[in-house]
Amino acid sequence: MSGPVLKISAELVSRIHAHGTETYPHECCGALLGRNGEDFREVLDLLPLANRRDDSPRNRFEVTAEDVLLAEKKAREMQLGLVGWYHSHPDHPAQPSEYDREHAWPWYSYIIVSVQQRRPQDTTSWRLREDRSGYDREAIESPALSATS
Amino acid sequence: MAVKVVIPTPLRAYAGKLESVEVQAATVAEALALLTARFGELRKHLFADDGRLRSFVNVYVNDEDIRYLQKDQTRVGEGDIISIVPSIAGGLRGENNGD
Repeated sequence: MSGPVLKISAELVSRIHAHGTETYPHECCGALLGRNGEDFREVLDLLPLANRRDDSPRNRFEVTAEDVLLAEKKAREMQLGLVGWYHSHPDHPAQPSEYDREHAWPWYSYIIVSVQQRRPQDTTSWRLREDRSGYDREAIESPALSATS
Repeated sequence: MAVKVVIPTPLRAYAGKLESVEVQAATVAEALALLTARFGELRKHLFADDGRLRSFVNVYVNDEDIRYLQKDQTRVGEGDIISIVPSIAGGLRGENNGD
């Protein structure tokens, strides 16, 4: 298969969906902890985080530098790496926005779950292009997604 | 004076895959200028078009955020550690908050 691949278990995808449902109509966010291999990247645990955008949680999320350091510490304790982030788009498609692009970092995987009327729908993953011009979609390998999409 | 600049994981590919880089600098601004002179591809990820640090790029000297010190004019000395720490943000398509 060409292009980046993200492996994540059905259970972890369900936990992201549950987080997005719990915080609806606000955006949820969290860290992806796992391993980065040559052929694929694998998510092995999650660290749900508080959305720090108190002023606009319906359409924005923010993870502070302190929370990033916390996620890195947690990953190190588990002998894993911090490989990316997830967030929800309440009542909007699981497509990265221009705002997402402006604020994205390269290398990380960005999982987006669309939550429509409190129900999780599509789940996608993206990586920022090196020139910051846009995203490349990352294939997600997960039994949960092949069953629902 | 030799200071160590710690490169965050997502930017290591643009810094020779190094976890940290040592530079001779007296201020944070000087250290970052030397870093991006050596690794030009880092520039677009650290600085906006107007030359200012991107808003989601955080810089610490030892454990202090430079926003609470003298920003990029914060002085550094022998053995200090400058850490570049990401913050993460995003949100919905087509929804403009003016931020």
